[in-house]
Amino acid sequence: MRVTFEVNGRPVTADDVWAGESLLYVLRERLGLPGSKNACEQGECGSCTVYLDGVTVCACMVAAGQAHGRRVRTVEGLSSPGGGQRLDAVQEAFLEAGAVQCGFCTPGLLVQADDLVGRTARRGLGVPGDAEIREHLAGNLCRCTGYEAIVEAVRLAAERADAAVRGGAR
Amino acid sequence: MATRMFGMPVQRTEDERLITGKGGYLDDLGAGAYAAAFVRSPHAHARVRDIDVTGALDVEGLVAVYTHEDLSGPMAEPLPLLIPHPAILDGRTPYALAKEYVHYVGEPVVMVVARDRYVAEDAVGRIAVDYETLDPVVGIEAAARAERVVHAGMSDNVAAHLVQEVGDARAAIAAAPNRIELDLDIERSACTPMEGRGVYARWDGRDAMLRLYSSTQTASGVRAAVAAKLGLQLGQVEVVVPDVGGGFGVKIVHPWPEELMVPWAARALGHEVKWAEDRREHFTAAAHERAQRQHVTVGFDDEGRLLGLDVDILHDNGAYLPYGIIVPIVTSTQLLGPYKPGAYRVEFRSLYTTTAIVTPYRGAGRPQGVFAMERTMDAIAAHLGMDRADVRAANFIQPEEMPYDQGLLFQDGRPLIYDSGDYPASLEKIKKLVGWDDFTAYRDAARAEGRKVGIGLACYVEGTGPGPYEGGHVQVETSGKVRVATGLTTQGQGHQTALAQIVADELGVPMSDISVTTGDTRRMPYSVGTFASRGAVMSGSAVALAARRLKEKALRIAADALEADAEDLEIVDGRVQVRGTPSAGIELGTVAVLSNPLRYAFDEASKAATQFTGAADYTRPPVAADDEPGLEGTDFYSPLRSTFASGMHAVVVETDPETAEIRILRYCVVHDCGKLVNPLIVEGQVHGGVAQGVAGALYERMEYDSGGQLLNASFMDFLMPYASEVPKVEIDHLETPSPLNPLGIKGAGEAGVIPGAAVIAAAVEDAEGFAITRMPVSPSELFHLRRRFDKGGIAPLPGAYSRTGEANA
Repeated sequence: MRVTFEVNGRPVTADDVWAGESLLYVLRERLGLPGSKNACEQGECGSCTVYLDGVTVCACMVAAGQAHGRRVRTVEGLSSPGGGQRLDAVQEAFLEAGAVQCGFCTPGLLVQADDLVGRTARRGLGVPGDAEIREHLAGNLCRCTGYEAIVEAVRLAAERADAAVRGGAR
Repeated sequence: MATRMFGMPVQRTEDERLITGKGGYLDDLGAGAYAAAFVRSPHAHARVRDIDVTGALDVEGLVAVYTHEDLSGPMAEPLPLLIPHPAILDGRTPYALAKEYVHYVGEPVVMVVARDRYVAEDAVGRIAVDYETLDPVVGIEAAARAERVVHAGMSDNVAAHLVQEVGDARAAIAAAPNRIELDLDIERSACTPMEGRGVYARWDGRDAMLRLYSSTQTASGVRAAVAAKLGLQLGQVEVVVPDVGGGFGVKIVHPWPEELMVPWAARALGHEVKWAEDRREHFTAAAHERAQRQHVTVGFDDEGRLLGLDVDILHDNGAYLPYGIIVPIVTSTQLLGPYKPGAYRVEFRSLYTTTAIVTPYRGAGRPQGVFAMERTMDAIAAHLGMDRADVRAANFIQPEEMPYDQGLLFQDGRPLIYDSGDYPASLEKIKKLVGWDDFTAYRDAARAEGRKVGIGLACYVEGTGPGPYEGGHVQVETSGKVRVATGLTTQGQGHQTALAQIVADELGVPMSDISVTTGDTRRMPYSVGTFASRGAVMSGSAVALAARRLKEKALRIAADALEADAEDLEIVDGRVQVRGTPSAGIELGTVAVLSNPLRYAFDEASKAATQFTGAADYTRPPVAADDEPGLEGTDFYSPLRSTFASGMHAVVVETDPETAEIRILRYCVVHDCGKLVNPLIVEGQVHGGVAQGVAGALYERMEYDSGGQLLNASFMDFLMPYASEVPKVEIDHLETPSPLNPLGIKGAGEAGVIPGAAVIAAAVEDAEGFAITRMPVSPSELFHLRRRFDKGGIAPLPGAYSRTGEANA
């Protein structure tokens, strides 16, 4: 079948997609977007987390056909929608906090972290606490970092978003 | 003088690529490659009677199906035993594809190559293998009893047997005023990197060259092994290690069956072939670690000082022994930790079972050894009614006793001699950090409220940076950019940043001008690999030495050009200049031009090195007899022996009186890995190690049933912790430099995980008042232990309750 949807603001089409093919497979193998990672194919590790119509999903658990006519945003598109800036605020915070080690889980964690900042600080709902951050990331496995620097990065990104929303200088 | 980079918490240069989705991991490569998949044994032990592939042949997109019958020469022989040792009695290794027998669930039997992985898996499902099932051997007890044997031709399951002894431990124990025996048990866990194994091969038939990409911890090892198996010259094989999504030890094993079959098939088919391991394959068919039973007998005096220590270890090595007996050797030597054991005897038997192989997982036998020693320390304290920290202090090797010879042979085949360390200072730091001396009051107050809290302490010494060697190559391009290469691989430790920091300081160039390549045999063919916390020690030292060679040459050439004395020159920000007269200088890139006498100019800058430019000395050849063209330096670092890092962890837990849930309230670490290259990276290593230590103590185990089926081979059932389970870690550093290497550094990669089981067992024990001897400990296990304890089935710890003044009710 032919599947047409939007990825990172750009319309894409994939042909001869098999009904059982995952969105992750189409992104990685057909659309040249290997940023989302395949680490369990069971929706347990979160390494393939992407936005589907603004909601985070495990791309390995979504059939490609289900994405037809919808909007997908991957790690490759995190910094692009605003245009111009090199890195999105969450990416920048990961860099500063030392939240990356092997980097394999990082793309999924970035999307999930971006989602939390978007739901809280960017909406003017304040900086999430430690427990809220950990709970929101509790579908994303990381084997390298022990999560501490990741939690720190999310807090940092949220604090900056909060300051921006409140009109404070960065 | 530019800012010194060594020791600075520099942001990692790797990260910008990785956070924008531009990492290039194994499965991100080879878009045009055929995909491989494997038919794997569903039985723990069986004889392969027949393989019928006909059902797969009409699968559209199928390319090839291979069984052991298709292999010949070295490929048809068993895989190498990587680390031979005289104590190995019968070292069995697998075949690239099973020959007649299978010895664990997941063992590869048939290889399928197809257009894509979906097609390959469809074909795998249609291949019928007829097995005659044989008796499985699961668990240490069954292996030791040897009523059933794993390998045909063996009368028992003992792969190796080793005794090391210093003094007469048994006599010392018999003569000691106090004596305790402990039976300890640790279960299996596994590295479980987020990225599994993977191999991608390109065979160029015209050049007769193989390019192999592998998610491995050793490029040079894979190269040599693949060349030997495929009957190629070493020069015909290039191994390139792309970004690797974590290793933790499992990827040091090589060659994996798949790592041979993929390049073999690529050559046979004249087409690129790739295999990326899936999660279930990683659980069942990669490697595990940890499982041991230990019997400890210790004799000690009334002050808690060890007089004799006798440890008997049964080690489960799984179905095969490709990595030799490194893990139990590490356990039996590193068990001693920061202590003087008196007389010491250690004996281990390494046993075959019909389960996945056991090879190093971060810590590599140390967590088990530390568990044995630290449980023993706590038992001595309980026996004597002493403070647990005091018992440890009574047994410490003192700083002035360094270097300290434990009298044993370590895992690198060299003497177990500690180079440096200050254990009393570490103990003071950890006691202060966790508030050890104030804890009794806190515990009593908590108990008065009906809460159960406990504190634990565990110490370790870790031999890091073993040889034999690692190499560094540093080159200044005519652009002034600096290219650095080392052979060992990186899987997330930030080597590219740390090595660039070292070279920046040695050479006097900005980090932004330095690029570092790891794990690429085209750039540095001589290498060993990444294991045993050796990256910074070995390659850090090697690139420092290489940079020093290069600098010496740069100064010599610049001295000629500037008509100055080399002794008066320095390199600042990539420019060689006269000390005190910075205007008299020359760019390093120009020095690189001058280092290579030319006949032909290729750009404006290179004209300076051509034959009719400037004054020439007609009495000397353009390149001196003892010199060579180019501004490069290569050097190798080969240490006398390992350097010994150390540390201490203290943890406070609370156990729920009803549900037996174990919560970590505080996790404190004092860590001494010598000089820190980059504190940000070292702290990240500690955090990650602690998370794996906590995971191994409370959550993770490989759950084999008696038939040898792994029941929890997924992230749904194997409880790898999320952010919601891992505690915050409080860290304090001590920096005792190593005298063995030019930078004074010690390894840091494994440290965080090592005392995890020991320290959490100690804290739970302290909270509960009875001995914890088996790890991991889950809430349901703790619940059952409590019930046994309440019924008198477990003795209370002598002294545990008296410490707090609580009634022994």
